[in-house]
Amino acid sequence: MLGNYFTFPELLIWIPLIAGIISIFIKKSNSVKWFALGSSILVLIVSVISLFYSDPSKQVQNFNYNHVSYLWMPYMGASFSVGLDSLGFIVTLLTALTFPIVFLNFHKRKIENPSLFYSLMLLFECGLMGVFVAYDMLVFYFFWILAFIPAYFLCCIWGGSRRISVGYKSFAYTFVSALLMLAGILYFYQFAPQLNPESVHSFSIMAFYTTHIEPAGQPGIFLLFFFAVAIITPVFPFHSWQPDMFEQSPFASTIVMSSVMTKMGVVIMLRWIVPMVSVGILKYETILVVLSVTGFVYGCSIAWVQDDLKKLVAWASVAQMGLIAAGIFSGNVPGFRGAMFELFNHGINILGLWMVVSIIEESTGTRKISELGGLAKKSPALTFFFMIILLANIGFPFTNSFTSKFLILAGLFSYSKWLAFIACIGIVLSAVYLLKIFRKVFYSENKNQGKPEISISIFQTLAMSVLVLLIIILGIYPDLILHFTNGIAQELMRRMGGINI
Amino acid sequence: MNAIIISALWGIILMLCAVFIKNKKLPGYIAIAGVLILILSNQYEFFAGPFFNINTRDFFRVDSLGLLINTVALVCTLILFLLNGNEIESIGSHVAEYFSLIFFVLCGVSVCSSYNTLWMLFLGLELISVPLYILVGSDKTNLKGNEASLKFFLIGMFMTAVLLLGIAFIYGGNSLGSFSINFFDMGKGHMPILIASGLILLFIAMSFRASAVPFHFWAPDVYDGAPAPIGSLMATIVKAGVFIAFLRLFENSFAAAHHEWQPLVVIVIAATLFIGNIAAVFQQSVKRMLAYSAIAQSGFMMFAIFAINAPAEEGLLLYLTVYSLATIGMFAIVSKMPDYTLDGFRGLGKAHPWLGFSATVFLLSLTGIPLTGGFTAKFYMLWAAVRDGYHFWLVVFALLCVAISSFYYFRVIQAIYFKKPESDPAEPIQISRGFKWTLSFIMFIIILLGIAPNLLIDWIYY
Repeated sequence: MLGNYFTFPELLIWIPLIAGIISIFIKKSNSVKWFALGSSILVLIVSVISLFYSDPSKQVQNFNYNHVSYLWMPYMGASFSVGLDSLGFIVTLLTALTFPIVFLNFHKRKIENPSLFYSLMLLFECGLMGVFVAYDMLVFYFFWILAFIPAYFLCCIWGGSRRISVGYKSFAYTFVSALLMLAGILYFYQFAPQLNPESVHSFSIMAFYTTHIEPAGQPGIFLLFFFAVAIITPVFPFHSWQPDMFEQSPFASTIVMSSVMTKMGVVIMLRWIVPMVSVGILKYETILVVLSVTGFVYGCSIAWVQDDLKKLVAWASVAQMGLIAAGIFSGNVPGFRGAMFELFNHGINILGLWMVVSIIEESTGTRKISELGGLAKKSPALTFFFMIILLANIGFPFTNSFTSKFLILAGLFSYSKWLAFIACIGIVLSAVYLLKIFRKVFYSENKNQGKPEISISIFQTLAMSVLVLLIIILGIYPDLILHFTNGIAQELMRRMGGINI
Repeated sequence: MNAIIISALWGIILMLCAVFIKNKKLPGYIAIAGVLILILSNQYEFFAGPFFNINTRDFFRVDSLGLLINTVALVCTLILFLLNGNEIESIGSHVAEYFSLIFFVLCGVSVCSSYNTLWMLFLGLELISVPLYILVGSDKTNLKGNEASLKFFLIGMFMTAVLLLGIAFIYGGNSLGSFSINFFDMGKGHMPILIASGLILLFIAMSFRASAVPFHFWAPDVYDGAPAPIGSLMATIVKAGVFIAFLRLFENSFAAAHHEWQPLVVIVIAATLFIGNIAAVFQQSVKRMLAYSAIAQSGFMMFAIFAINAPAEEGLLLYLTVYSLATIGMFAIVSKMPDYTLDGFRGLGKAHPWLGFSATVFLLSLTGIPLTGGFTAKFYMLWAAVRDGYHFWLVVFALLCVAISSFYYFRVIQAIYFKKPESDPAEPIQISRGFKWTLSFIMFIIILLGIAPNLLIDWIYY
């Protein structure tokens, strides 16, 4: 009933946008924090309510529900059209969940110029939501760029010592790839059919899905789009900006980038590129899967040798996104389903890791593994949380990512046994570096005696508990999220012509 | 027609003011009043027709695109007067003459936007150029300005000769014996040699006026050396006039041989985008960077000549509007700074938040970030080029050049927000309230056109 009066995707964009604009004008540090937290929780509520109006049997093509469209540039055939499909439910829920948790985590921390900071964070949320719900290619491109602008400013204003050069480097990477994508969009657009009488072509998702491109022309278009995916996801060897950016940005924006922004690549792949140029992908499939698996193993081994916890988690995030990419590129039902589920799980698990690292840095003042030790005695609660999060990141049974990693590996296995085997080595490596943290940071002897006790605020405990609960619930009952993924995976397979099942 | 007549009249009125009025402030107000009258009369013509019913014997053909370009140029002039009126008044002692010369430039722009014969094209371009030769060198004490003026005058005169030679060739080779841009005999199969050489000469002359590479050598020196408001005028309002003239020249009879001269445009676009952007990367002075950026942006506007189709016309209108507004705003902010270098911009975001914010919006718009008009303008231009169906690589190349341009535009943003000033400025910048309001107005228009470009484009089909 509620769904007849509100269109959820619109609310998901407008609430953070309006809240972001308002919070510039709130000068009091405390009130802006509460305001940002409140509005992000409001978004979460909207997102959760939208789940009750969802119908997983409805697939990408079904536009009748939860889809709204206004004419925007009539002669261009662009309309402001947003909607939520099952993939949209998963990513918007992840986004809506991440922001309150981040705000809770940093509620007690002092920050310079808080009104601008929280305003940029909320605008960041607005941009990400826009990318995830856009049903029109031009709207999608708008939000794609707009999502990155707040991230750029967050990094360059509050970041570490190399913030300006790293911030621009990251912006340049994403901007170049986005511009190539724009060229691809324009090229594709000239073949898109007409949807309304005023324009010759249309940018709507429906038009893009029904466009027929000659098989010979598809690989070229795919390449133009591919760089956007490869850089944001990231796919090896286009990853080099990401660890730098994650390390230099302030924790809050790092968490959002790592757990949500990287998913933009998955969404553009599953919602746009695979249905649009499904034949073109097949030409590059082998090399793409090999690159993704290489990226996974490579990222894990780099993470192993890091001494800085923030760098370590940055590389861990990069590596695990490689596994998701491998799941997508292997192009079969378990691969797609696993990637979509892992998208949510990776978001939650990496968020947990970042939170533990930020708490450690906040109370001990260092992020170096070599300078830390014996935290288990100081804070049993943190140790408990970290253990669960660690197990979830490895993909231990009864944690959320066991199912998703299993599905991805199953997909990869049916694509190539050898690559699946190599990916398994990567998973072992991820266990190695995480257990290394556990042993050295939490259980070896205490190296910094003089440092004060680890204090976890009530807000942080709350945030951690939510994460741990989610990890365990989804571990025991994965179908809660997994049942969304089946329809889309089947639909994508139908479009790819049933090859490689 | 209204704009041509009234701007010429107002130029003469201001000339007379110079003789009779000794007050230094008054000419500025008279000029602003004149621009307002021009805008209103031009709009009156747009909706209801001209005041005077003159038989121009088809020397002029007024259409909605031309009138809209007039409006854009006039509104930009008004904004220029509002933002930089003080700077114009402080160039030298002949205040009224400066304003009067600007009105003659406006007359030239309106001739360029509605001419229908090559004579009138020549007249329009000269009406633009001759006052500019004077205006560029109007600050007699500035050596750079004098050098720029001389350089501009010499090359400009040479290019006028090229233009005349082109016109003569076209007339000589034209079996229809007409100067009208609608009646050139482009031959069947291939072009007659006289027409072809005339076309190339005209193309060279127009490219020179549009500051396209390889005819751009005068541009950075002149934009940089001229007094800031005059540089701003040349990079925006004059460019609007030149580009509408360029488009009108090539979209009529010449369109019949579109694919024969298109490679020429392709080379010029690629060179302009590449050299303009690369050169801008190495500039330390923001003013000179803007000069090179003006060249680079010309490359994008040349896409209209490349494609000559409906989106090209729409895109050119949008591009000229957005680019002119952003550039005028940037030049105005630069002219307020004590130090034109990048270091001079450090800490602007803290010291003058509104100035810093508007500069950021202008720079983002020049880069072509969505939500600003810069994106929609570039988008229309590229769509025009893609729809033309040839040379798709040029679109990809242009987009990569946009990425290069982000480097130098973002460097200014970095200086504004992220870097601390090295030393406290000797004297704080004085910003009037009107200046801030005008900047806000420009920002509003830029963002509005970024969200709803149709608000402007629909008027072409009014």
